[in-house]
Amino acid sequence: MNLQSIKTLYLAEMARSLRTVLQSIVSPVVSTSLYFVVFGAAIGSRISEVDGVSYGAFIVPGLIMLMLLTQSVSTASFGIFFPRFSGSIYEILSAPISYLEIVLGFVGAAATKSVILGLIVLATARLFVPFSIAHPLVMLLFLVLTALTFSLLGFIIGIWADGFEKLQLVPLLIVTPLTFLGGTFYSIDMLPPFWQSLTLLNPVVYLVSGFRWSFYGSGDVSIWASLGTIALFLGAALAVVNWIFRTGYRLKP
Amino acid sequence: MTLTTPSSHTLAGHGANGGGEPGTPVIHVEKLSKIYGDGFQALKEVDLTIRRGEIFALLGPNGAGKTTLISAICGLVNASSGRVLVDGHDNVAQYRQARERIGLVPQELTNEAFTTVWDTVSFSRGLFGKPKDPAHIENVLRALTLWDKRDNRLLELSGGMKRRVLIAKALSHQPQVLFLDEPTAGVDVELRREMWEVVRGLRDQGVTIILTTHYIEEAEEMADRIGVIRRGELVLVEEKNALMQQLGRKELTLHLATPLDGVPATLAGHDLALAEDGHALVYTYDVTRLDEGTGIAGLLADLEATGIRVKDLHTRQSSLEEIFVNLVRGNA
Repeated sequence: MNLQSIKTLYLAEMARSLRTVLQSIVSPVVSTSLYFVVFGAAIGSRISEVDGVSYGAFIVPGLIMLMLLTQSVSTASFGIFFPRFSGSIYEILSAPISYLEIVLGFVGAAATKSVILGLIVLATARLFVPFSIAHPLVMLLFLVLTALTFSLLGFIIGIWADGFEKLQLVPLLIVTPLTFLGGTFYSIDMLPPFWQSLTLLNPVVYLVSGFRWSFYGSGDVSIWASLGTIALFLGAALAVVNWIFRTGYRLKP
Repeated sequence: MTLTTPSSHTLAGHGANGGGEPGTPVIHVEKLSKIYGDGFQALKEVDLTIRRGEIFALLGPNGAGKTTLISAICGLVNASSGRVLVDGHDNVAQYRQARERIGLVPQELTNEAFTTVWDTVSFSRGLFGKPKDPAHIENVLRALTLWDKRDNRLLELSGGMKRRVLIAKALSHQPQVLFLDEPTAGVDVELRREMWEVVRGLRDQGVTIILTTHYIEEAEEMADRIGVIRRGELVLVEEKNALMQQLGRKELTLHLATPLDGVPATLAGHDLALAEDGHALVYTYDVTRLDEGTGIAGLLADLEATGIRVKDLHTRQSSLEEIFVNLVRGNA
């Protein structure tokens, strides 16, 4: 394992985030705060409790998930897309490093950034509503696994995309809608039966539910279904990345 | 531009990388073929050996396969068949050992516009798995006259400087072999001369250099050996001096009033050949040694003494350009 190379890629990616600290860190915090003002305070005051928790506290895990998914995908996809776009990818491909090491550098940095952002949003949320975390270790596990999985998804998108439009396409048309429809702002019990069944096909439901379980000890689906889903996702993402490097897809003719 | 690197320090890889004796093979390409996904065959069974310490120019028109050959050696393109050894290491099975010995300067100017010269060159070294070595980075930057620009962001640099930054990046990990893909494409005359100086300086530091070009002048100016590539085939690999000798040869054709059966004994001292069924005598001489005299005056005097009358005469000289054009058209 070429630790020096992984470290170099990882630190360069982290430095890129720090260079754009306003965009990277401040804007997710601001937008999360806005969600709290609008959904937590303005609308939430008219909703009493969901699953025995105040509405403001109820949406905290979902909001962190929403931010985690979008940030992981966008950071990782841009991270690998930009060198492809600028042409500087030649250097990475001609370096004495394995594909696994490339992935560890890029995806590791994107996941780290997302986890840090998740914790910042968690701290920000605490300023608005009081809540406690029932299973902190499970919460961290979910945070890390989700950041990792969706950073891998972002990495795949960054390799697949051949323009900036496509880079935006998946996050905009798939990730964000699935997250909004994934029980971020409501319990799926609140939906009519038909929509409830349909919603169970949405994988994000399992992530949000599992994450919420780690906070309040209850979720829409069982914690094991949630853990199983994230494991399945992670496995699928790893398989696709493996295939990309084996075939040289979009990287090596 | 002069290279001001202290003599104790070299830009080329030695020691751990095991730089060998000058002149020994450092890159060995064996029956290398590449067929792209769309069926286009970019390389056809290319065999090539690069010697340690030389400047090798790969000459060919656009689309001949120069970049594909370089890319296949450096690991940017998967070869369809054949193999490449870098300092004895297979570039697929032992890609780590092979690649750490190579520095690549691409044809297109690419860069991360917002990073500084120092950071991007240091990044390259780390990416290649080498521990930090600010002294080496400083030497590289000084050698390429980039030291004063080390804290500038790349977007503030001129095109010529950006090209030098790419060279600095490629030298950051002390490679044994440096690939320069079209180092002077789209560069004005002054910058081209400057780049030649840089390349020569690097060679003096012990770096083996392989450059591609479609400028004959560049190959002539720089190279120790020249390879000509045409439609994916390496059609000629030759010492430049040998090529230049062919280039330097000039022919004087003397059309005779009466045909001869053979070269008369009185003219045996001259390098003469009979042509056109005895209607002409062809005299070959070397224009690179004009100082020693062409021998034409003596020849003409001897012809007169022998009583051979000349109707007409003309001279012709083959140029590298002519050799090259013939080669790439496939007439050779």
